[in-house]
Amino acid sequence: MSSHRKLSYSLAINEALHQMMDDDPSVFLIGQGVKSPWYVGDTAQGLLERFGTDRVIDTPVSENAMTGAAVGAALAGMRPVIVHPRMDFMFYAFDPIINEAANWYYMNGGKLSAPVVFWGIINRGGEQAAQHSQSLHGMFAQVPGLKVVMPATPYDAKGLMIAAIREPNPVVFVDDRWLYKLEEPVPEKIYEVEIGKGNIVRLGTDVTVVTSSFMVQETIKASEILAKEGINIEVVDLRTVKPVDESLILASVHKTGRLVVADGGWRTCGLAAEVSALVSEKAFSVLKAPIVRVTLPDCPAPASAILEKSYYRTSVDIIRAVKSII
Amino acid sequence: MKGDHSGNLNFPRDLLVSIHRQMLRIRLCEESFVEPILSGEVRCPCHLDSGEEAVAVGICSALTERDYIFGNHRSHGHYLAKGGSMQEMVAEIFCRETGCSRGRGGSMHLIAPYVGMLGAAPIVAGTISLALGAALASTIRKDGRVAVTFFGDGATGEGILYECMNFAALKKLPIIFICENNYYATHMPIRECRVEEDINEIARPFGIESRQIDGNNVLQVYDAGLQAVEKCRSGKGPVFLECLTYRFRGHVGPDDNVQGSHTDIRPREEIELWQGKDPIKRFEDYLTDQGIVTKEELRMAREEVTKEVTEAHDFARRSPSPRVEELERYVFA
Repeated sequence: MSSHRKLSYSLAINEALHQMMDDDPSVFLIGQGVKSPWYVGDTAQGLLERFGTDRVIDTPVSENAMTGAAVGAALAGMRPVIVHPRMDFMFYAFDPIINEAANWYYMNGGKLSAPVVFWGIINRGGEQAAQHSQSLHGMFAQVPGLKVVMPATPYDAKGLMIAAIREPNPVVFVDDRWLYKLEEPVPEKIYEVEIGKGNIVRLGTDVTVVTSSFMVQETIKASEILAKEGINIEVVDLRTVKPVDESLILASVHKTGRLVVADGGWRTCGLAAEVSALVSEKAFSVLKAPIVRVTLPDCPAPASAILEKSYYRTSVDIIRAVKSII
Repeated sequence: MKGDHSGNLNFPRDLLVSIHRQMLRIRLCEESFVEPILSGEVRCPCHLDSGEEAVAVGICSALTERDYIFGNHRSHGHYLAKGGSMQEMVAEIFCRETGCSRGRGGSMHLIAPYVGMLGAAPIVAGTISLALGAALASTIRKDGRVAVTFFGDGATGEGILYECMNFAALKKLPIIFICENNYYATHMPIRECRVEEDINEIARPFGIESRQIDGNNVLQVYDAGLQAVEKCRSGKGPVFLECLTYRFRGHVGPDDNVQGSHTDIRPREEIELWQGKDPIKRFEDYLTDQGIVTKEELRMAREEVTKEVTEAHDFARRSPSPRVEELERYVFA
């Protein structure tokens, strides 16, 4: 019965938080708006009532201090989840995330680690413009000492949140409001999706498309359309963007000989560039065509709906990219 | 200097002797780096703490091993005062595998989790929020621990300090903000950094109890520390203490930053004025004047600490450097 229970992406996150807070008294949730659906949708529903204000802490607008407090609490033995309802505001918190949390374990010779989850929500579209739209996973992925996960499905959202909370080191958990209504069967039990392991979402033989987060859904759409035209793409959902599942990517490229990387971030020095470089270095000899990237242009997010439509990449762009190398 | 350490403070002799010993350990250990730095043997930048020992020792003597502290770029003193191993600290400054951070951190990243010293970092004001979080952890667990953040007058220029004070006051967190005001933010005199020179005033608008104390009077610091700890433990935190002090050395390394030298920052008369307020000398005068210890006992203490420091250097020099094959050993992502 439980295996057929369906849950939305956002409620899958909510269930992970409920179960982990129940399971481990050192887990707590802190951040701006944790008691307000305005900020975090229904991802935090019921937590305050169940666990109280000691462990569900809505905060003043102080991203730097609150993120640092989460890191400090982690160093003192807690397992905090600090939520940033809009990733854009995480720039204020780069010091505690990067200088402190990411470096702490290494620069102290492995003596103390910071088991903290930095949860950043991508919240774009709707003419919100440049500072209410950004996806910073590529920047975080560049930092040694941060693991970065980006679930594309409700199942992975729950399993990766649980894995992130249990991870002894800092994890950046990036989700996307555009995925929140997506539903699928999600087990009721506590389970982990292993950090660092990708997933073949669809088997194919002609082109490998490596992707993550919302772009996985666009790629699945593309695959269905392409299949009708006799083109079978293999869809690799990274799930974790740092460290990437190198062997899974390479095995797929060995099979297809062609690669498109579809990423919801910017182009220059981004995730797509990294995956492309990896395949160029390690599987150049099997490539039958140049690698193609589908990314945001190197441009801030616009407000105008007409411009937005051109800015964000969809299945159409993925189809075009695939066809360009066949 | 008589009368500074008011006789109405009736502390046990053992405690006074221990406080003196801790300050002396910091001073002699700090000064032991001068020669190796000048000779190039120690290359890692060292922000020496000489002259500021009373703040570290006064505050840490008011804490237990279960309490937490976080340091900054100038934290040799905090680390030692909290009970960190001297051998491991010296080895770290020599960047050896036996160092407290296994040669990956150096002078600015000292850590001793076994006594609640959870780390230090040179991003100015960067560890204030970490101490805030440690205090928050204590509140969630209701375990009575207190967290201390040590930062300098330079950190008052960073916005995060104000964010942290606000949240600490809002949640009545058991955190003690220790501002070591040594009048210089690297090269900048405080009067060129801020209009209000009384730093303790910055905490009041947040509803935080705040005081300015003589940071070169170890018993005054200790007494203020005890009161602050008591307040924090009883749920009436936070507390802010501005400790007036002075570094005998310059910002970094042995250079004293005296005017006329290449660093050209501090007037000679100012340095000499503060040398006259040497916290160790003052405390030793007090101890002998009050008949608590004899001059001979002080001499012996100095001899013993000198030996400890020498042994720590020997330990560091004997220790291997980290292995190149282990460059990435402590990277997990």
